[in-house]
Amino acid sequence: MTALPSPRSAGLSGPWGRLSIATKQIVWAWTFLALPVLFFAAVRFYPTLQGFYLSLTDWDLLNEARFIGLDNYRKLFADPVFWQVFRNTFAYLVFGTPIAIVLSFVIAYYLDRVTVLHGLIRALYFLPYLTTAAAMAWVWRWFYQPPPIGVINSILGSLGLPAQPFLRSIEQALPAIMLTAIWAHLGFQIIIFMAGLRAIPTSYYEAARIDGLGEGAILRRITIPLLKPTTVFLVVFSSIGFLRIFDQVYNMTSNDPGGPLNSTKPLVLMIYQTAFSSYQMGYAAAQTVVLFVILFSISMAQLWILRSR
Amino acid sequence: MRFATIARLWLRRPLLAATIALGILSSGASGARAVEIQYWQYVFDTRVQAMSEVIKQFEAENPGITVKQVTFPYADYQTRLIAAKAAGRGPDVMQLFYGWLDTFIAGKLVQPLPKASFKDAEIERDFFPIVSAMKRGGQYYGLPTAVRSMALFYNKDLFQKAGLDPDKPPQTLDELVAAAKAITRRDAAGNFQQVGMALDIARQDHNWWREILVRQYGGESYSADGSKVAYNSEAGAKSLEFYTGLQKLHRIGQEGFMDEGQAAFRGGLAGMVIDGTFRIASYKTIQGFKWGVAELPTQDGRKANFGSYFANAIGASATGEKLAAAEKFLAFVSSEKAMTVWLDKVGELPARRAVALTEANIKDPIYGPFIRGLEYAATPPMVDEAAQRQVSIDMINAVLLKNTPIKEALSAAATREQAILDKFKGK
Repeated sequence: MTALPSPRSAGLSGPWGRLSIATKQIVWAWTFLALPVLFFAAVRFYPTLQGFYLSLTDWDLLNEARFIGLDNYRKLFADPVFWQVFRNTFAYLVFGTPIAIVLSFVIAYYLDRVTVLHGLIRALYFLPYLTTAAAMAWVWRWFYQPPPIGVINSILGSLGLPAQPFLRSIEQALPAIMLTAIWAHLGFQIIIFMAGLRAIPTSYYEAARIDGLGEGAILRRITIPLLKPTTVFLVVFSSIGFLRIFDQVYNMTSNDPGGPLNSTKPLVLMIYQTAFSSYQMGYAAAQTVVLFVILFSISMAQLWILRSR
Repeated sequence: MRFATIARLWLRRPLLAATIALGILSSGASGARAVEIQYWQYVFDTRVQAMSEVIKQFEAENPGITVKQVTFPYADYQTRLIAAKAAGRGPDVMQLFYGWLDTFIAGKLVQPLPKASFKDAEIERDFFPIVSAMKRGGQYYGLPTAVRSMALFYNKDLFQKAGLDPDKPPQTLDELVAAAKAITRRDAAGNFQQVGMALDIARQDHNWWREILVRQYGGESYSADGSKVAYNSEAGAKSLEFYTGLQKLHRIGQEGFMDEGQAAFRGGLAGMVIDGTFRIASYKTIQGFKWGVAELPTQDGRKANFGSYFANAIGASATGEKLAAAEKFLAFVSSEKAMTVWLDKVGELPARRAVALTEANIKDPIYGPFIRGLEYAATPPMVDEAAQRQVSIDMINAVLLKNTPIKEALSAAATREQAILDKFKGK
């Protein structure tokens, strides 16, 4: 970093005066850039590095941190709960992201063609995104209740179908929660997809129609390839969202967070409980590092796979 | 440095102004300087109101001392205490669950009560024996204002509708099952419309199983010194079979019915529920039906109950005149006066025998069963209440949801909980 020019040196004779205009512009640019860089270094990078160090200690908030090497990681990889949580986290990701992307694309694709009440319908899809996740989770929790108060089970009952345990089942709880997370983020993804659709020049479509291409071919050859930047953004964004899922799970299972029997617990909830119920900060930091590595590698892999050639 | 000073002054300005104003006022009156101490507890409406009342009475008796009550949501409470300790600004007097004591001593959050003002012999004479759970190495670390025990709440209207005598609640576990079966209503598809008994593992049922049912079936929950898990036994298996059988065999209730057990009872859709004294104040607002309280049903004539409490302790950071004020305040919140306020406002039982065991209380239809239960209540030592509770929850869920054999679930839970106890002792 170049030293800041002081007013005194700003004469023709000073070193500042001898610099060319282009160099001065670069110096100024870096001066302004220094502020956010310093901010990020202090607020983001320093705590991140501190977190890496903490993961090598046994800090418990109450006593001095002691360096214990890789013990936390050994303990973590030997813990069956961690592997269960690991599978859950990937279940949210592997099922959640594709379903969310396909669903939001289909809705955006057809919504784009609707002219009647277009704005209202779009707003309705976007509304859940504006709602607090915690409030939404509690409403869904009520939907999923067993009879006689659960809304979904009442509907099932009136159709003559058997009641489902939903959140009280080790098989159904995770999909039930995942569904609410998909629904919550649908509005945002639809809006982004629609912006992407609108950005495709209509002349391409006109040319394709003149050449006699069918709707299916237009979708495959023009719309989907040209939406690639939008899709990449949404896939990465949604993947990070599902890997960090917390609010929905915590609020919908608050009687036994992440339960029953850890069947819905994602990594972030495990980190939260390790840090703020058991106060094992070092161990929680190790889990956070693992989450960071997963997030980082998945985002990088997605960017690489979906890169534009 | 200068920024920090300014920031601190800015933050403390209202407080500073208040202190100065108070100082001027009191110097005019008595010439003494006011000492302000902080009291921390978690948010629970009736508890906060009761404490405000106690503080008002205390300040009237001790003009030189002001007490500031600071509250946090229960879920954050322990974290805030520990974080405040790490930041060096903990409370002078705090409320803590008896099961947190070992953690708090290890973390140097609390200091022992000075023997000069709190004499062991007096404590042991005046308080219920479960107060001994606050004693470590010959030192008392805190005193409760109120103690809790468990009892059976039952809906008299539902008893009547089911053809049962509303003045004869079940006295044994067999009678409990029979009454619950009479009350249970299901629709054509087999879904519960009304449960005989509200079941809620995470709230009180895990305590009912571990601390009460195990002992009623002739076993022990923990070894006498609290260092070993003792429920992995024939009695443990029988009691777990009984508890899970309520849902699997007798089908008199269902975990998650109406979301929470207490909601099902409040809603008038549950015939019975096992809960603690702390629920009384909330149930007293029920308008729709009549309810009663009974001592916990017995098995083979064996009575058992689980006594627990939140105690008040002096923060480790209190010194000098703050420590003196904190001692006075702690003595006041453990006094008969404070306990009477607590019983009225919160409905929790006084921790002093003399206040609790009055003729009126013992005969009281609501408090009576709880107070009688307190006489034979056990208070097992706990090292990590949340983790130990989770072990019991998972064990019961394994039997209910995965059909894990009783003995297998029991032995897995015992191993897990023993590891928690061992880890703590190893520290």
